[in-house]
Amino acid sequence: MILDGKCPTGPIQDSWDKHRFDMKLVNPANKRKYKILVVGTGLAGGAAAASLGELGYNVEAFCYQDSARRAHSIAAQGGINAAKNYPNDGDSIYRLFYDTIKGGDFRAREADVWRLAQVSNNIIDQCVAQGVPFARDYAGYLDTRSFGGAQVSRTFYARGQTGQQLLLGAYQALMRQIKVGTVKLHARREMLDLVVVDGVAKGITVRNLVSGEIESHWGDAVILATGGYMNVFYLSTNAMGCSVTATWKAAKKGAFFANPCYTQIHPTCIPQTGDHQSKLTLMSESLRNDGRCWVPKKKEDCEKKAADIPEDDRDYYLERKYPSFGNLAPRDIASRAAKEQCDDERGVGPGKRGVYLDFQSSIDRVGENTIAERYGNLFQMYEKITDENAYKQPMRIYPAPHYAMGGLWIDYNCMSNLPGLFVLGEANFSVHGANRLGASALMQGLADGYFVIPNTIAHYLVGVAPGAVKADHPEFKKSVDEVQGQVDTLLSINGTKTVSEFHRELGKIMWENVGMARSEESLNFALKKIPELREEFWQNVKVTGSKAEVNSQIENAGRVADFLEFSALLTKDALTREESCGGHFRVEHQTADGEAMRDDENFTYVAAWEFKGNDKEPELHKEPLKFDNIKLAVRSYK
Amino acid sequence: MNLILHVWRQNGPNDKGRLDQYEAKNVSPDSSFLEMLDEVNEDLIKKGQIPIEFDHDCREGICGTCSQVINGIPHGPDKLVTTCQLHMRKFKDGDHIYIEPWRSKAFPIIKDLVTDRNALDRIIQAYGYTSTHTGGVADGNAMLVPKVAADEAMDAAACIGCGACVAACPNASAMLFTSAKVSQLALLPQGKAEAAKRVKAMVEQMDSEGFGNCTNHYECQAACPKGISVSFISRMNREMMKALPQ
Ligand SMILES: Cc1cc2nc3c(=O)[nH]c(=O)nc-3n(C[C@H](O)[C@H](O)[C@H](O)COP(=O)(O)OP(=O)(O)OC[C@H]3O[C@@H](n4cnc5c(N)ncnc54)[C@H](O)[C@@H]3O)c2cc1C
Ligand code: FES
Repeated sequence: MILDGKCPTGPIQDSWDKHRFDMKLVNPANKRKYKILVVGTGLAGGAAAASLGELGYNVEAFCYQDSARRAHSIAAQGGINAAKNYPNDGDSIYRLFYDTIKGGDFRAREADVWRLAQVSNNIIDQCVAQGVPFARDYAGYLDTRSFGGAQVSRTFYARGQTGQQLLLGAYQALMRQIKVGTVKLHARREMLDLVVVDGVAKGITVRNLVSGEIESHWGDAVILATGGYMNVFYLSTNAMGCSVTATWKAAKKGAFFANPCYTQIHPTCIPQTGDHQSKLTLMSESLRNDGRCWVPKKKEDCEKKAADIPEDDRDYYLERKYPSFGNLAPRDIASRAAKEQCDDERGVGPGKRGVYLDFQSSIDRVGENTIAERYGNLFQMYEKITDENAYKQPMRIYPAPHYAMGGLWIDYNCMSNLPGLFVLGEANFSVHGANRLGASALMQGLADGYFVIPNTIAHYLVGVAPGAVKADHPEFKKSVDEVQGQVDTLLSINGTKTVSEFHRELGKIMWENVGMARSEESLNFALKKIPELREEFWQNVKVTGSKAEVNSQIENAGRVADFLEFSALLTKDALTREESCGGHFRVEHQTADGEAMRDDENFTYVAAWEFKGNDKEPELHKEPLKFDNIKLAVRSYK
Repeated sequence: MNLILHVWRQNGPNDKGRLDQYEAKNVSPDSSFLEMLDEVNEDLIKKGQIPIEFDHDCREGICGTCSQVINGIPHGPDKLVTTCQLHMRKFKDGDHIYIEPWRSKAFPIIKDLVTDRNALDRIIQAYGYTSTHTGGVADGNAMLVPKVAADEAMDAAACIGCGACVAACPNASAMLFTSAKVSQLALLPQGKAEAAKRVKAMVEQMDSEGFGNCTNHYECQAACPKGISVSFISRMNREMMKALPQ
């Protein structure tokens, strides 16, 4: 099937305004009759639930944490982009649009990206009004800094805690709606199924993580804002509870999963130290404003202390390879460059899987105090984890799984192919193409939640009779039975391997074969291993305790079970995409100097996969991508 | 290294609870406290026993989910860290470690080390926001914010809502938490319009949740992983004075 994103036509500058005018509205008096379920209270879900509640809809929100304030958006450090052009350095909506399309390696939809760039400015205004304490200069104006893939300074920030501050802004707006009663929050609930009635999304099934009860919730529309799936690699910068479960369950009910192989490996994370490790910690990309990446030129210097390696013997490889962007090369490029140096046996630190990120020249230039003011909390975090002082010696960093560009397929209105199912934030696929630029996920989450969905959902709801399907519909009971069945099975297997052991094993298969460098051979190997591991899981997993209480093993087992299915789709997508683009690097498709080589003739499309069962091949639907405003070109940061 | 753990186990809100003893063997000094507990739990599961439940998520000190009293101190012996950022190199081989949940009337225990901290959310619901609608706001630079005010607001806003301040306080007071939000919004021009109503509503909610009063022990500041200063409590008191009828 050829998919249509239903993007507006005509001049791109007017596309979103025109579309907003063309859409239908819900009469204010009727809004409260519609019940909308919002799964996820991160930037996307929190902003959506608050804004929809404010408009008068009857909203119910869900999250698996104990409080809406703890969604993983909280961990975003570096900043959020907007095309304000406050520094007068040549920025514009058009430039942000252009940078994002180019940064995504020409695999995103133009219309969606334009809209994102357009509303980026509203987001900053909105957050300021909420009391987000963005960094200010001495005159009291908003301060900005630079991020990878851009030559302008358009990233707004609140120290190293931008995500926290933006999320708290959205959370506070949400709390305000809870108080007035437009939003009801169900915390410590995990969505374990989507309820679809006659092809239309009508509700969800959740597990109450305190009582263990399986609950049904009906809604006239369901919004998933459940974040990304990078824990498929086991070790990642995501929180422990991040999973693919919500989106994967929706996929199993018929929602198409788009571009699962577009995964972002972030260049600046603290390297792994041992097998005990449960997650990897990001060191914000903003550090590359002042830090310089290097490795020793000579292999024999790798064991030496950094300070003992003279300037001439250091290879500032990003500055050497990409003189115009230097240390601010986009993430996919910076990550591969780091891997290249380590593959060349010039890595540093334990296992030689690390490169230096060195602040010395910036400290010499602006002083230690200024560096501390900019990144103090990151340096502190680094010290707590590594026991090393990065003011005195360079940080050691290595790429780590970080962000999922792929996600459920949506049209321009953020609606999936299943009517009534909307998908926002990292959980959808639409604006970042094959590689996301830094500081643009926060922008996207808030754009979707504050400014897109409040407009587009009305257009859908107008055609729906409110409350026509409720939780007494037989599909709800069927879904509850299914979910209950899975929990019972997990508890009954009583095998010998723990859930974490399976997750670790899956992560290893994925990282080694479907990670930064993918080949036909490695992908086929993974496609052989994954089903074997899945089969073993269902025969040999050990989950203790009971179902009618807090039992994190049941939670984790469900998540890993879904990763064990989803990972095969991700791999299959990577195998099918016979080109290299952005974060998807196929070793067979590279230029002589190791850069990604796209195949625009054959692959300028979105791959949207329809799940057909674990033992059947998924069906590929294509949405062709058209570039009417920006010329398809080889991406160069040299 | 090898350690002896004494861990609070409680099957549910109505169970009396007890301290059980476990051995943590071959612990890497580079592992985090929660990774050490992960390994203890893996062992328990393999033996068919029920692992220790504890709250956690981001494991990088920002979500505020992890919450353990370690050797009597919320988030343990290291300064300015959450439980998840505490590393085992802070302990010695053979140490006995006591691990308990947050203890406060306002934070009922759900199971083992897991507590219900929604009282903090309800304080925010009471008025921990500016009443801003989505859309229709002024340009971000329309109102200048002096850098010192923005910086101090950020110091207050750094609160992660973990509740260590409550757990540390002999009165189980939530003054540090509440004052941080009151101060952040009072310091910024965007929050000034509602400052008086805000402080009254938030303090009233705080009192009704069963948190104690502040009697200047400053244990909250000492335990706070984000170094939130007790000076915000003074600021809240001043805001309260301003809000009362003169
Ligand atoms: C360490 C780190 C640093 C980052 N730094 C930046 C940065 O500086 N700038 C930037 O732009 N981006 C950054 N990002 C990316 C960005 O933070 C995320 O992409 C973005 O915040 C995701 O927001 P979200 O609302 O889509 O999802 P999340 O914030 O992940 O929220 C997901 C929500 O869904 C809920 N949920 C998930 N599954 C279920 C389920 N089955 N049932 C019920 N609820 C569920 C969760 O409880 C949560 O509320 C960073 C990411 C990380 C990990
Ligand atoms: S787990 Fe998030 S702060 Fe500790």
